[in-house]
Amino acid sequence: MDYKISINHLTKVFPKKSGNVVALEDISLHVKDGEFVCLIGPSGCGKTTLLRILAGLEASSTGEFKIHQSDKKKPLQSMIFQEKGVIPWLSVEDNVAFGLKMRHLPKSYIKEQTHYYLEKVGLQKFARLYPKELSGGMKQRVSIARAFANDPEVLLMDEPFGALDEQNKFILQEELLSIWQETKKTVIFITHSIDEALLLSDRIVLMSSQPGQIVAEKNVRMERPRSIEQVRSDQNVADQFVEIWDHLQAEVQGARSSVK
Amino acid sequence: MMKGNTQYNLKANPVEVERNEWRKQERKKKARHLLTVASPLFLLALWEILSRTAAIDPRLFPPPTVIIQTFFEMLGDGELLSNIGISLLRVFGGFLLGSVAGIIVGLLMGMYVPVRFFVSPLIMALMPIPTLALLPVIIFIFGIGEWAKIVTIAGSVFFPVAINTMAGVVNIDQIHVDVAKNYGANSKDFFFKIALPGSTPVMLEGIQMGQAIALLTIVAAEMMGAHSGIGYLIWTKYKAFLLPQMYVGLVLISFFGYFFSLLVRGLKVKLTPWR
Repeated sequence: MDYKISINHLTKVFPKKSGNVVALEDISLHVKDGEFVCLIGPSGCGKTTLLRILAGLEASSTGEFKIHQSDKKKPLQSMIFQEKGVIPWLSVEDNVAFGLKMRHLPKSYIKEQTHYYLEKVGLQKFARLYPKELSGGMKQRVSIARAFANDPEVLLMDEPFGALDEQNKFILQEELLSIWQETKKTVIFITHSIDEALLLSDRIVLMSSQPGQIVAEKNVRMERPRSIEQVRSDQNVADQFVEIWDHLQAEVQGARSSVK
Repeated sequence: MMKGNTQYNLKANPVEVERNEWRKQERKKKARHLLTVASPLFLLALWEILSRTAAIDPRLFPPPTVIIQTFFEMLGDGELLSNIGISLLRVFGGFLLGSVAGIIVGLLMGMYVPVRFFVSPLIMALMPIPTLALLPVIIFIFGIGEWAKIVTIAGSVFFPVAINTMAGVVNIDQIHVDVAKNYGANSKDFFFKIALPGSTPVMLEGIQMGQAIALLTIVAAEMMGAHSGIGYLIWTKYKAFLLPQMYVGLVLISFFGYFFSLLVRGLKVKLTPWR
């Protein structure tokens, strides 16, 4: 079977004065085309490091990964960063167009694509404003629009809603789902919220910390389109929540006792 | 008003209460602005009174009104204007030369680590030498003409601008560098979309400093080695004990300093509308 993303035996070690930190140890993960995968784990488990390696921002120590390119013109991946990832000296419009401009695509295409996604995230009225005038939720909409407008093979998301208040988080999660459903992109999404992972993903990958390893995988059994109400009311989903929570709790406790 | 009264007033209109509070804040703001405008005027008035009443020696500290009067008298013979003109030319020339060089060197140091490590020790070693102390050397190289003065000013403007520009680039948030890398920016795009705009606020701080240093330098340089300019005017009038005329020169420098500060502040608003 051909996978969209194949990660094979990836290891990352950070040498430190006090000894080496094994951020990732022998990570192997295969993601199907159009699959939405959430990586979940305690902080410091190396999930961000894994994403940064896939994003080309860091090199692995050993091992390899491959992202399958279906179209030579498409970029392999685009990342949705945490809140501060919006560039403050570019207008909303220029932020959304950033990836397209960096690829020097035709102006008319850039304009069309930018307008389409600005409208999708409801920011067309704010196109000419600078990010300082936007709320945290609106800034993340800019980030989402920027990544989707770039039309990459794979989307990488690094806790994009981590800094938002709860109401905004729910709204943005549902918006993300609706845009994703339309484009059917392959996504790797980092979070430490189990609710978020259950709402968004097809599969949840649980990681342990130090060494960062994949300890379990769970397929999320819930029909799409999904809503936050379903996650909260469906007994089946509630059971899955408890299952994952048990796992994570063991992990967090384990990490704590090994530190001491 | 219920000053100092902690009793609850349930009948008061909340909108009215807040409205009054807001008005009070606005009045306070206005009062603060007034203080800013009033402080130089207050100093001048105090000076005028003390000098007029001979509480301070009016020969050493002529009253401001006399200085203003002297200024208009001096305007008449054209000598003052030509001195102002030549000083401004030197300041602008030197400031422009020093800032452009400083910005280029600062950007290169910020963007290329080997350049930073190579140039930093040179800057650390050269910066403590006052450019004025180098004036003789500069005159050997550039002659006694205008270029020597312009280069002297450029030399003093260069350092704060270069150092601040470098700091501006180095301090760009790592996440913005990551965004550029992740979205495939080439080095030219990185320069124009990230490094240059990202470093502009701190760079402008350096330019603000350079602007002040340019004025400090020009006066001293013209006192030491020139036959024209505001510094030369201050020096010759002092030598001749024409103190009101000397004060005209001092006040002019102060005025230009204030004026240029406002210009740079305007430039800041214009160049960094996103802040």
